[in-house]
Amino acid sequence: MKILVPVKRVVDYNVKVRVKADQSGVELANVKMAMNPFDEIAIEEAVRMKEAGVASEVVAVSCGVAQCQETLRTAMAIGADRGILVSTDAELQPLAVAKLLKALCDKESPDLIILGKQAIDDDANQTGQMLAALMNLPQATFASKVTVAEGKVSVMREIDGGLETISMHMPAVITTDLRLNEPRYATLPNIMKAKKKPLETVTPDALGVDVAARLTTVKVLEPAGRSAGVMVADVAQLVDKLKNEAKVI
Amino acid sequence: MTTYIAPVREMLFAMNALAGLEEIAGLPGNEEISPDLVEAILDEAGKFATEVLAPINAPGDRQGNTWRDGEVSTADGFKEAYASFCETGWNGMPASTEFGGQGLPVTVSTAVLEMWKSANMSFSLCQMLTLGAVEAIAHHGSDELKNTFLPNMVAGTWTGTMNLTEPQAGSDLAAVRCKAEPRGDGSYAISGTKIFITWGEHDMAENIIHLVLARLPDAPPGVKGISLFVAPKFLVNADGSLGARNDLVCASIEHKMGIHASATAVMAFGEKDGAIGYLVGEPNRGLEYMFTMMNHARLNVGLEGVGIAERAYQQAVGYARDRIQGRIIGDKSGDKKPILHHPDVRRMLMDMKSRTEATRAIAYYVAGCMDRAKSHPDETVRGANQRRLELLTPVVKGWCTEAAQGVTWNGIQVHGGMGFIEETGACQHMRDARITTIYEGTTAIQANDLIGRKVAREGGHAMRALLEDMATTRRQLDGHGDAQMRHIGAALGGGMYALAEATDWLLANYDAHPQAAAAGAVPFLKLAGTVAGGWLMARSALVAFERLADSDDGFYAAKLITARYFSEHVLPEANSYRDAIVNGSESVLAMHEALF
Repeated sequence: MKILVPVKRVVDYNVKVRVKADQSGVELANVKMAMNPFDEIAIEEAVRMKEAGVASEVVAVSCGVAQCQETLRTAMAIGADRGILVSTDAELQPLAVAKLLKALCDKESPDLIILGKQAIDDDANQTGQMLAALMNLPQATFASKVTVAEGKVSVMREIDGGLETISMHMPAVITTDLRLNEPRYATLPNIMKAKKKPLETVTPDALGVDVAARLTTVKVLEPAGRSAGVMVADVAQLVDKLKNEAKVI
Repeated sequence: MTTYIAPVREMLFAMNALAGLEEIAGLPGNEEISPDLVEAILDEAGKFATEVLAPINAPGDRQGNTWRDGEVSTADGFKEAYASFCETGWNGMPASTEFGGQGLPVTVSTAVLEMWKSANMSFSLCQMLTLGAVEAIAHHGSDELKNTFLPNMVAGTWTGTMNLTEPQAGSDLAAVRCKAEPRGDGSYAISGTKIFITWGEHDMAENIIHLVLARLPDAPPGVKGISLFVAPKFLVNADGSLGARNDLVCASIEHKMGIHASATAVMAFGEKDGAIGYLVGEPNRGLEYMFTMMNHARLNVGLEGVGIAERAYQQAVGYARDRIQGRIIGDKSGDKKPILHHPDVRRMLMDMKSRTEATRAIAYYVAGCMDRAKSHPDETVRGANQRRLELLTPVVKGWCTEAAQGVTWNGIQVHGGMGFIEETGACQHMRDARITTIYEGTTAIQANDLIGRKVAREGGHAMRALLEDMATTRRQLDGHGDAQMRHIGAALGGGMYALAEATDWLLANYDAHPQAAAAGAVPFLKLAGTVAGGWLMARSALVAFERLADSDDGFYAAKLITARYFSEHVLPEANSYRDAIVNGSESVLAMHEALF
């Protein structure tokens, strides 16, 4: 069984993100970049499936600038067998990434595609769903447990009301939630071995995909600061405020 | 409190532009090393530092260690972090492949070690001491000792310590009294008290392997009668399993100003019938063996100065970006802005940044010398690098740690009143940094080594060779098309002149006026550090200038401005050091002791 795991290079979650002075985006100059944490969970899950003998090959894919190679090396240091970089300097939006991934899946024919549920930079939460739709495959988003048995994959999902478990035929698309696993730290010997693993580079043109942006960023702003709280006299006043001011009950 | 993010790009710059990583990667034995591998190693190490070691730094400082009946419990999270540190292979990274390490060049491991020191200095000391002990056993121990102890120590399952100091034997190890009596079976019974034993007792590893300096019954007095022994906490059976508890115990742990999470033990050896120990190498050569690795340890402590300075800088910048206070002088907008806009806050941050980069530059440069001295195929190159390494080792230890005092001090100052409050997190860096100018040989010990063995006794050849290399850089700057670069060149020239003058004075006066020379030893060390740092900052500026066009994110522009700040604000200090050395010894020595 082959698993394909797309990984995105984003601002490291430990970095305090700052909006650029011209409001065109966030400051990326001299900012540490790292693998999207949800994608790390996806790689970890795939590697665990390989270690358990369920999967035979794990392929990591990243779409973007040349430095995404570093993100692929990280994935291979965790345990992915090889990497594919779809190299482009263009700004990539979820639909373009989903199309690029579809083109790669057509070539690679993976049995499972495991993605992070969203990337922490734009929090779009779209690529997995779009990929499943484009490929006409079953999808299980927000996975907190994945089990493969008898040619089917059973996924426990995190939903608003709690958890639900669904069973899918493969090939299928899964997106990971935070509690699926706790990713390991790559060991130094594996970091050194990762360098010798194959890393292939392709371009959107070669895959026949138009990655032109469909959305325009108007401006990027800091979230509004929290305003001061008020002391309420009693429960009745609290309920009144929740009903009439906050309008949440 | 900010978290620590490893400055990977700064590190790579220092490794490439100053240490000569490309050349080092091409040396025999380094075939595995390539630039992208080095970057991958730094990225992953940085992640471990940020996510595992940095978060337990402040809590570890608050909680410290607990001693109870000879056992020491480490602060919450240390045991788990240490297990993960060993599992991922970071513990043994710098050690040779023969015993399970990765055998990476010193230049690469230096950058990784800087991260541990920045993220959690207390934690990093355990690895430093273990690897020091590994080095001593690997270089001087028998095959039996190596096979018994090294694989587990490199893996981190067992940790190591250095038992040198005794209450009456601090900087002067000739006064060591600890005894070792032959037991008749080839082993020795060790007895005596050792103090200031870093990570001497703890609960993170299965066994602790103590290296102990002690005297044999027939040993001559003084430094020529000290031998080195291995004494494990638990004896090791022939099959490698752990046996009986050895007769050595942690009598207490110290209450210290900083590095609270690292237990500093008082060790009592042989309170019953003698702690069983094994002789390392030949009798009476213990101090000599210690010194072979002490040089490496001194570079590592110098690197602690770099690491703590970096952490303090990150903390201060984080605060200065967020804290809004006061009107910015000369700003017409009337907007409220963070204190980062105040000229004096900028000055403090520039000072911290430029000194941190200059200390990193010299520490990494010397790491590069160490790699070339060890592996370069050309004997002349090996020799030249060995002499440079020996000359600059006391400078790295002394100057980088002294610089860290000022950087961490300014780190608090940037925070204003909040800096004085422990919760803010700026104080810990200053408290942790304080030990670095003291242990592993105080600044004065380093300075005496520099003016004596490394300059005066050597005839000043190594220092002149360094000044010649500086002159090459100066010529490049003097003939530069850019005025800013020529400006940096002129400042470097002034520093070089001061260093050359002070060196001449030292050579002329060291034998005739030893007290006058010694009175100027620490200023001489600071002078050498300031000018060598200025030289490497100038070399950085030359490289950055060439690459300005390569990158639009300001990295190289920042490098140039930082080098210029150093040349305008720090390098001029060279003149006052020179004056103090050449003209200032009399006032140090004139006053009668009774008048102090």
